[in-house]
Amino acid sequence: MERRDFLQYSGLVAGALALPVREWRPDLLGAITPIPSADKKDLADAALNAARTAGATYADVRIARSLSQFVSARERKIQGIGGSESYGAGIRVIASGTWGFAATNVVTPDGLAAAARNAVAIARANAKFQTEPVQLAPQKGYGTVSWKTPIEKNGFDVPVAEKVDLLMAVNDAALKAGANFVNSRIALVNEQKYFASTDGSYIDQDIHRIFPGFNVTVIDKASGKFENRGSLSSPMGMGYEYLAARPAGKFAGPGTTKYGSYYDMLEDVQLAPAQAKEKLAAKSVLAGKYDLVLDPSHLWLTIHESAGHPTELDRVLGYEANYAGTSFLTLDKWKTGTFNYGSPEVTIVADKTQPHSLGAVGYDDEGVKTKEWTLIRNGILVDYQKTRDQAHIVGQTASDGCSYAQSWSDVQFQRMPNVSLRPAEKPLTPTQMIAGVDKGIYIIGDGSFSIDQQRYNFQFSGKLFYEIKGGKLAGMVRDVAYQANTREFWNSCVQVCDRRDYRLGGAFNDGKGEPPQSSAVSHGSSTARFNGVNVLNTARKI
Amino acid sequence: MPGLTEAEARAILEKVVKLSRADACEVSLGGGTSGNIRFARNTVTTSGETENMGLSIRSSFGKRSGSTSVNQFDDATLERAVRRAEELARLAPEDPEFMPPLGPQTYAPTPGFVQATADISPDYRAALAGASIAAAKARDCVVAGFLDDGARWSARLNSAGLFGYTRSTDVTYTITARTPDGLGSGWAGQDANDVARIDGAAAARIAVEKAVASRDARAIEPGKYTVVLEPAASVELIQNLLNVDARNADEGRSFLSKSGGGTRVGEKLMDERVTIYSDPANPDAPAGPWVGDGRPSQRTVWIDKGAYQNLAYSRYWAEKQGKPALPGPTNFIMNGGTDSLEDLIRSTSRGLLVTRTWYIRSVDPQTLLFTGLTRDGTFYIEDGQIKYAVKNMRFNESPVIMLNNLDALGRPVRVRTDETGQPSLVPPMRIRDFNFSSLSDAV
Repeated sequence: MERRDFLQYSGLVAGALALPVREWRPDLLGAITPIPSADKKDLADAALNAARTAGATYADVRIARSLSQFVSARERKIQGIGGSESYGAGIRVIASGTWGFAATNVVTPDGLAAAARNAVAIARANAKFQTEPVQLAPQKGYGTVSWKTPIEKNGFDVPVAEKVDLLMAVNDAALKAGANFVNSRIALVNEQKYFASTDGSYIDQDIHRIFPGFNVTVIDKASGKFENRGSLSSPMGMGYEYLAARPAGKFAGPGTTKYGSYYDMLEDVQLAPAQAKEKLAAKSVLAGKYDLVLDPSHLWLTIHESAGHPTELDRVLGYEANYAGTSFLTLDKWKTGTFNYGSPEVTIVADKTQPHSLGAVGYDDEGVKTKEWTLIRNGILVDYQKTRDQAHIVGQTASDGCSYAQSWSDVQFQRMPNVSLRPAEKPLTPTQMIAGVDKGIYIIGDGSFSIDQQRYNFQFSGKLFYEIKGGKLAGMVRDVAYQANTREFWNSCVQVCDRRDYRLGGAFNDGKGEPPQSSAVSHGSSTARFNGVNVLNTARKI
Repeated sequence: MPGLTEAEARAILEKVVKLSRADACEVSLGGGTSGNIRFARNTVTTSGETENMGLSIRSSFGKRSGSTSVNQFDDATLERAVRRAEELARLAPEDPEFMPPLGPQTYAPTPGFVQATADISPDYRAALAGASIAAAKARDCVVAGFLDDGARWSARLNSAGLFGYTRSTDVTYTITARTPDGLGSGWAGQDANDVARIDGAAAARIAVEKAVASRDARAIEPGKYTVVLEPAASVELIQNLLNVDARNADEGRSFLSKSGGGTRVGEKLMDERVTIYSDPANPDAPAGPWVGDGRPSQRTVWIDKGAYQNLAYSRYWAEKQGKPALPGPTNFIMNGGTDSLEDLIRSTSRGLLVTRTWYIRSVDPQTLLFTGLTRDGTFYIEDGQIKYAVKNMRFNESPVIMLNNLDALGRPVRVRTDETGQPSLVPPMRIRDFNFSSLSDAV
């Protein structure tokens, strides 16, 4: 939601680095040069000392280099190869009980010191409107520590030619399998982030994310109808090994093959055109109540919207009232200790530690070591997502490690950790679950999504919908969306499959804040069953 | 304002183009200053100012292109950037859709820059926030809001002789007021190029009044209702009508694709009062003088009397299809009438007033079906009077169907759009049989 008119004026700037190249030469863009490690502590200390001298009672600094790379293809041509590199530092302070923030791309001791003084000046200027002085939960300094996403293969080290070849093979396979059109892409992100604070922490982190995917379109010219089938991949906190197509990542049937920690892009795209055609010819769903069996490739988005967002404490408190909205999970409900959010099958945990997840880091953007904690226990609301300045509001003495900024130039604030549905202890497979459903719909993949600003009323669609009749899949249906109230929906959860079916889905670009910032987050679950959910028929004629 | 004048920008651009050894070279230089203040819970939460400037270069050898960008402007950096773009171009595969740079173009000036907006100070922002908070406290409300302003400039030059320079300003103010019991919520928003058109006090008054009036909302049965949609309630639905180009329609993957092939351009799809056009020179919603690839933006009627008249063409698709390369819209203007919003309410016998809509997402691209919800002020109208607040509702509606059910149009006003960021002029409108599918408890 940037001001796009600026981009219109500067089309070339917007398309900068969209490079259709055969070979990637890192030296040409200097894209993989890490931040010079010897200098980082000195730079950070220059900022922290300047802030203290100017009167800050607390300061932290993030010196960051953010890299991205993408390759995209359409049918039999490469549309673009791009990369970006951004280097700078952001300094946040508390002065006069008020937050102040300033950022600079002049990454020198003087540049950082000047930004620190600016941050203190901004804090003082804002203090005159301050009615709630910042109360920061204490945080012990960790000294000099580091953390790195446990990747096997750095995607930025993989030659671009290899990525081009993969996408060309994917598109070729789609067209041979009957697609009329196909787009595919691979996106990589690497955040090299150095954090230091007046608490005595100096934290060096190297964070990697990857997001491959495609979209296949089939067209029926006679009827003028078309249908898409997007990939069943997920963005992951992994290196290039996500694309290794290892058998351990595959979850065969029912419906189609789904993927966990490894993604077989070629296999998925070969299945897609036939499935799009089957969907195009499928019968239109009869609106009414159905038992829904939701695959993790679908359920992650429902968890994100209806469990992840309403447990964000800044929303609960009203900080997002003008934009992203507030939350129905108000403090009075939490204080009862008995507020029913879902059925006893529903335990929802937050974490920033799950391997392969987008939220996994060693420490958050205010120097708090990450952990796992429970938000909903057996259907009861027990906790929220918090940063250091929020912990006291719920009578706690430590942050959950939920602070994040999308870049060095943005101020950090409370962002969603991974929020996941805990799998059941009792053994249960998706096939066994479906066998128990008399009239239902099995949904695979995410689709249309919409929820109100307090997270009560939602409507979701998907990629593939299979009718369940008498415990068996009975072919595809189309025009499916389900609409529910968050509490009714989670109270209709009667079964969750066991850990063998557990997979992550996620978003690369969850948005919050003004100006908006995006963050990446994963949501894990096993397949789950929800009884008697209202299904709409979305077919229209224009 | 900080930033480069036309002559200063041109000097850097010419220096870069002279360094080029490629068959063709296109250079773009842009920057700006932006500032904001954010408040919530009746207190300022963040504020700041940022400045940026960037240069990008695209070099081409035949149909091979390479691009790079830098944000330092010394001679050595500029030379290195040009050489990088050229080396990348030599490594690139041929692009079958490559189009050579455009020659000199004539860019008509557009009235998008206002000095007073470029001069907005931190004091102005703080005063606006402070006044809004005071207005809310006076009525026992809690407000959250955001003021965002910017002054931007952009210049481009290529080896075929095309040069352009433009400046623009923008300012957006939004405010949400809530009653302390959480039972009422109201919103108001303003969007302009000229800060003189921002009336923070008026916005705060509307938001607070709607918050207080929307307490104790009654639940009504979802179904088809006559609605009076304020411009902020309709803009993000109807702007999707222009999210289509000739290639998608020709390829059979658009709501304008026709069974058996071809497109539905020229076919009457909506009420004959529906005319939507773009015009970069419009004084109330000016847009930039060029589109992304350097073609001059131009006044174009997209939908005329309910029928699509034009679709945008990329230069490549236009050449392939033997059609004029009509550039896409840079703003969104819908014709209306002379009635005010209040007039529309007064002439409504039974219906709902919708302040704003939220979380609009595509459900079916084939029929342009969207879902979303009302938010921050939904009221029942009877005999021309607002009778009481009603609970928010989810809709599933296509702008094509909705504008077929058009009942009345009011006077267009400038309205902000999060999704496209394009300046927009949209009338308040009364629509029959607007399809609400479920109730929401959200306030």
